Amino acid sequence: MAGLRTAEQIRSAGWHDEVVLIGDEAHPPYNRPPLSKEVLSSQQHPEEALSAVLLRQRASAASFTFRLGQSVAACNLAGQRVTLSTGERLSYDGLVVATGIRPRRLAVPGPTSGRYVVRTLEDALALRQQLRPGTKVLVIGCGFIGCEVAASALSLGCDVQLVEGSHGPMHRALGATVATAMRHWLTRRGLQIHAGRGVVEFLAHFPDRLNQVSGARLDDGTKLEAEIVVEAVGSLPNAEWLYGNSLDLSDGVLVDEHLRVRGAQHAVAVGDIARYPDPWTGGVPRRVEHWQGAIDTAKTAARSLVAGLTGGQVPPPYASIPSFWSDVFGTRVQGLGVPHFGTATEVLEGSLETPEAGVAIAYTREGYVVGLVTIALPPARLMELRPHLGHPLSDLLSPLQLTTT
Amino acid sequence: MKVWVDRNICDNHGQCAIAAPENFWLDAEGVLQYKEDFPDSDLEYIEDAMDVCPVQAIFLKGEQ
Ligand SMILES: Cc1cc2nc3c(=O)[nH]c(=O)nc-3n(C[C@H](O)[C@H](O)[C@H](O)COP(=O)(O)OP(=O)(O)OC[C@H]3O[C@@H](n4cnc5c(N)ncnc54)[C@H](O)[C@@H]3O)c2cc1C
Ligand code: SF4
Repeated sequence: MAGLRTAEQIRSAGWHDEVVLIGDEAHPPYNRPPLSKEVLSSQQHPEEALSAVLLRQRASAASFTFRLGQSVAACNLAGQRVTLSTGERLSYDGLVVATGIRPRRLAVPGPTSGRYVVRTLEDALALRQQLRPGTKVLVIGCGFIGCEVAASALSLGCDVQLVEGSHGPMHRALGATVATAMRHWLTRRGLQIHAGRGVVEFLAHFPDRLNQVSGARLDDGTKLEAEIVVEAVGSLPNAEWLYGNSLDLSDGVLVDEHLRVRGAQHAVAVGDIARYPDPWTGGVPRRVEHWQGAIDTAKTAARSLVAGLTGGQVPPPYASIPSFWSDVFGTRVQGLGVPHFGTATEVLEGSLETPEAGVAIAYTREGYVVGLVTIALPPARLMELRPHLGHPLSDLLSPLQLTTT
Repeated sequence: MKVWVDRNICDNHGQCAIAAPENFWLDAEGVLQYKEDFPDSDLEYIEDAMDVCPVQAIFLKGEQ
């Protein structure tokens, strides 16, 4: 997705020469958020499901060469060329690194069949086939994707258990206080949650099908039965093709504040794989795995790349406000800024006891609002609070401010 | 060219209002309002707004 959006922005930035998009998936770029939500609960034919998630392309995209179903195996940054898995070599003037991430798999012993992840359309369609009423589903990991899949499966009538791992639901994005509130709410909605527990082994019951998963053992010894397992335990950047170029690939691709790959000429990185200095967290480089970031980084990176190639003006440093959303049991969770970076929380509206009735939370650090989260409130509420990001919490709490915003 | 938002799809996310505040805004009830007409010079912002709409509810009408 970030690849397509960067290519479009490269055209807008005035690049008239050839633009080639290489992607190892067979489909044109598509939208992933529905994969763990609508796609799991819909009965659409696979072709319909694909057309429902395809990303709209700008008119300028007609001038791109799409090489779909082709994978880049290696890259020589100094020589400005990439090698495809077929051995074919392509040379370039400018390179956009937009290869995203893939799901991490649990490295524990046991059967491998019956274990699912959700990253691609095929993943979602394969999982959907298994989600029938009464099916025993074990979801491992309670980030956004784990929570969304667990909620979708429960809504379809499956018998769902959620193994949290080390932290509570959506902890990485929402922090400990709100994660605890989410856990209570999800439990009330009927999810069986194994708080703070991890899986140490997958189990097989049937002697004739030893590779078929039929359950899991937790780190406290509990054995859980399951017909299918969904692993939602984080991600790994698809950066292997960049090995051998002396880059910092310790977690994605390290870029500068203009999203130019550090240690390379005429290369930028965008979307989930880009590790950029985020002014919202004091400039510490980090990756952001959210939809909006793919679009925002595309715009800056395209301008940086074209400026480098044509001698034009470099855009201002990337400073977009990170934002995300998630839908769980039809309830929207929306965030702005860097809630995880906050050291304290302040409930502005509603109560954490009943997040489903609507709650707004400000996250603060040294008295300043660094993040905002709303749950089950109209998006307009978050927009209304948005101007307070980066300002003292006291401004937000004074009644005068509240009536004038 | 004119802007058209499919109200059946629009979720009132308001992302478009951040990308192109001249053309899209949320009213006091939090419902999206927009201008159908725009000067050619705003096309870039309209296209940005179309990109950031999570449900792809914004369309351009009258493209030749
Ligand atoms: C199930 C799911 C639900 C989500 N829900 C939300 C949500 O509700 N809200 C939100 O804000 N965000 C959500 N996201 C996150 C959002 O979808 C991502 O941030 C976004 O897709 C990132 O775009 P990208 O272009 O960086 O990566 P991708 O969209 O993954 O694109 C990278 C592409 O590169 C390809 N590729 C990788 N390596 C190679 C190679 N060597 N050669 C060729 N091609 C290669 C990959 O196959 C992939 O097609 C969700 C993600 C998933 C998976
Ligand atoms: S971004 Fe899309 S969904 Fe949100 S208000 Fe604009 S048109 Fe509606």
